[in-house]
Amino acid sequence: MTRKANFVPDGTADLFEPDLAKALTGRVKRAADIVTPPRAAQPLAAPSDWSFELIEQYHAVIRSTAERFGLDTYPNQLEIITAEQMMDAYASVGMPVNYRHWSYGKEFISTEKNYKRGHMGLAYEIVINSNPCISYLMEENTMAMQALVIAHAAYGHNSFFKGNYLFRMWTDAASIIDYLVYAKNYVAGCEERHGLDAVEELLDSCHALMNHGVDRYRRPSKLSLTQELARSKDREAYAQQQVNDMWRTLPRKAEKAASEKEVRRFPEEPQENLLYFIEKNAPLLEPWQREIVRIVRKVAQYFYPQRQTQVMNEGWATFWHHKLLNTLYDDGHLTDGMMIEWLKSHTNVVYQPPVGHKHYSGINPYALGFAMYTDIKRICEKPTDEDRAWFPGMAGKDWLETIDHAMRNFKDESFIGQYLSPQLMRDFRLFSIVDDEKESELEVSAIHDEAGYRAVREALSHQYDLGSREPNIQVWSVNLRGDRSLTLRHTQHNDRPLHDSAQEVLKHVSRLWGFGVHLDSVDGQGTVTKHWSVPAPVNHN
Amino acid sequence: MQQIIDRRLAGKNKSIGNRERFLRRHKDQIREAVKRAVDGRGIRDMEKGEDIHIPRRDITEPVFGHGQGGKREMVHPGNQDYVRGDKIERPKGGGGGGGGGQASDSGEGDDDFVFHLSKEEFMQVFFDDLALPNLARTTLAETPEYKTHRAGYSSDGTPNNLHVVRSMRGAIGRRIALGSESRRELRQLEEKLEAIQRHPKPNPFAHEIPELEREIAALRARLERIPYLDPIDLRYRSRVRVPVPTSKAVMFCLMDVSGSMDESRKDLAKRFFILLYLFLTRHYEKIDIVFIRHHTQAQEVDEQNFFHATETGGTVVSSALVLMEEIARARYPTSEWNIYGAQASDGDNWHHDSGRCRELLANAILPLCRYFAYVQVAEEEQNLWDEYAALAAETKAFAIRKVTEANQIYPVFRDLFKKEGTPA
Repeated sequence: MTRKANFVPDGTADLFEPDLAKALTGRVKRAADIVTPPRAAQPLAAPSDWSFELIEQYHAVIRSTAERFGLDTYPNQLEIITAEQMMDAYASVGMPVNYRHWSYGKEFISTEKNYKRGHMGLAYEIVINSNPCISYLMEENTMAMQALVIAHAAYGHNSFFKGNYLFRMWTDAASIIDYLVYAKNYVAGCEERHGLDAVEELLDSCHALMNHGVDRYRRPSKLSLTQELARSKDREAYAQQQVNDMWRTLPRKAEKAASEKEVRRFPEEPQENLLYFIEKNAPLLEPWQREIVRIVRKVAQYFYPQRQTQVMNEGWATFWHHKLLNTLYDDGHLTDGMMIEWLKSHTNVVYQPPVGHKHYSGINPYALGFAMYTDIKRICEKPTDEDRAWFPGMAGKDWLETIDHAMRNFKDESFIGQYLSPQLMRDFRLFSIVDDEKESELEVSAIHDEAGYRAVREALSHQYDLGSREPNIQVWSVNLRGDRSLTLRHTQHNDRPLHDSAQEVLKHVSRLWGFGVHLDSVDGQGTVTKHWSVPAPVNHN
Repeated sequence: MQQIIDRRLAGKNKSIGNRERFLRRHKDQIREAVKRAVDGRGIRDMEKGEDIHIPRRDITEPVFGHGQGGKREMVHPGNQDYVRGDKIERPKGGGGGGGGGQASDSGEGDDDFVFHLSKEEFMQVFFDDLALPNLARTTLAETPEYKTHRAGYSSDGTPNNLHVVRSMRGAIGRRIALGSESRRELRQLEEKLEAIQRHPKPNPFAHEIPELEREIAALRARLERIPYLDPIDLRYRSRVRVPVPTSKAVMFCLMDVSGSMDESRKDLAKRFFILLYLFLTRHYEKIDIVFIRHHTQAQEVDEQNFFHATETGGTVVSSALVLMEEIARARYPTSEWNIYGAQASDGDNWHHDSGRCRELLANAILPLCRYFAYVQVAEEEQNLWDEYAALAAETKAFAIRKVTEANQIYPVFRDLFKKEGTPA
């Protein structure tokens, strides 16, 4: 239903800044503090077609209701767009601007085709993690859908972007649009100067490594975007000099060389961020190429929190549109017709087909997330004995405080590990299957029963761990003295091998690196089980 | 604060740049598909979009991912009757029972990636293949018909175009302008005369009366000499002749289908006809195409037969020319139709026939035609070429060219149909 984007680094507010507590004062933080206003004399008009006045009226009511619940959001900016513009936005990964690349054209074409043939409904909305938070409302939506979208995106997602620790740590909502404009112009400039082909090849190669171009563990440096842009030029020159220094071919002083008999290992420790390593160390890249690698890396980093909070983010937004619109109804603002209409949509969104169903394609993050927040609220308000045993810290506590805490301080993996309740596992009838290639058959390792709750929960939590979903590939070493080849190492997780596309990806790596590239796949015992290598690309300059 | 912004009118087609890059990247496949489409299409259908199929493996962007194998644990919802320790048969192929994100990424199978090339893009690629930068809208060197338009008034013309009202208006103006001074003087003199005449006697001014009367008479005479209608007043309706392309054209496509024309030569001929067709459709509202194929006998056929049926046998080119003349005289009077002829052949002809072809063209066909182009799709020059070459040298509306490769068609075409005064 939604695509969201958020942006990386630079100048993010500190997670534990003292201002945080200050900023939160004055807001309702406890469910007990919620004040219920008198019932509205008349419901809002409920025609099928929206109008600007109506959207404003609905938005005003939704906003005041959201304020009652203490949702802390960036300022909202609602924009009305057409279906075609929605597809445009889709095609450029949900961003209003982006650099040009053929893959976005491909995306647009397939989106358009599916949409036109009716295979796929378009997202009702796109919301961008920026400040102000931009939500796109599609022209074709009915008034009920617009109200749903406003509650979902402009208050649900928006408050998540502002509150969740990953977004606070990694993204800078204020500068995202500016950075993308900069990226677009920079790439366009490079296309003019160096030709479409050169830029396309480079972007292809960078995109192949995009998922391995993020810092998973390192905190971002605290530089504001503007500072960074100002330093862009210096950086190019400096980086080039650093690279050159590493590849120094002049003979060293005699006694120094003697003391360095054993070859210097480089990098001294394995590096997880392939794009960063390439940007800083690839010997042959031109400064403009380094800058483009950097842009792709920044964009990848920017999507990283997004990929780690799917369930939480969608669940949060769904929980809140459900809560807000229901409250609106209770307060007498919504007509029955409106209720039925958005509820139908809501029901579709949170539908979870069982395994084996023809529509089954994994767990629906909307369904799981929505159920989990709802379940947390239930545990707070009406705990059973089981809940008291499993969640002694939550049972009977203030629900608003509890879900706010859950939203702020977790990502999917830890959120599920912490909050998935036995009740919910029974409701979803979750069970876990082990697929071990050494066995001839799959085995059901745990189901939703007393013996299996913890195992299922742990398995599901792991399933959302990006570290295990994506292969762990790191820069292992560079042959400094010899052919300058780069060696990557894949550390297998549960002996899972790499996909065959690895060979293709390696070609891209060698194009960036400029020399030969090797990839070793290492199993749990530390033995190399598979090896790929790609020779140095033919110099086409 | 609360803001609603209407973006609907802004920034349409933001993805067009990305689409261009996508098309550019897959130019080869698209070109190939266009070529296939051209081969398969009737030439009237040429100006349409086309669905392009690209094998999905050519457009995937590789990333590091997990392959099959190893050990993994997946959680699924909707358990019906499994309990712990149950064994399940491993599903054949696929991503482990449609499990999770991985499977859905690679689960697309080997379907082609299909998308629709718009008409403009198709034509772009089509002309690209022919090294056509852009089809510039040109007019044929001679515009054959004129239409007269009213264009205001002029001071000369034929009496039948005389504009009476306009002329009279001019005359009135002229008369007023020329006579006003005299009339004012006349009025003053008459007033003076009257005043003198009314003066009680004895009249001290009586001696002036004859003088005044004489002056009045002179002025009257002058006013009367102003003509009622002067040649200078005459205005005629002005008409200018504006060249207009006539709205109807017929194209005769003449092709040799004798045994020596193989498929590749026919393809060359066909491409040439397509260009001509497209060119003509940009200039005329209505286009008729007459397909005439010939070996030893000529025959009017539909395009399917024209392009695809092969026949064997000898070649008598004049048979086609005779048929063309017959059809033109019977169905396409030159007063209504612009007649074009395009002939494609490999130059092979029965040697006694070539002279006759030349005579037919020179005496019967070229007088009917706006233009006649002969394209030889073979290198070898035989007696037909020689005869035609001699004719082309002396006649402007007849041109001959040779084409042996597909990429020569457009230059030749442009050369044949270039606008006068512009370099090809």
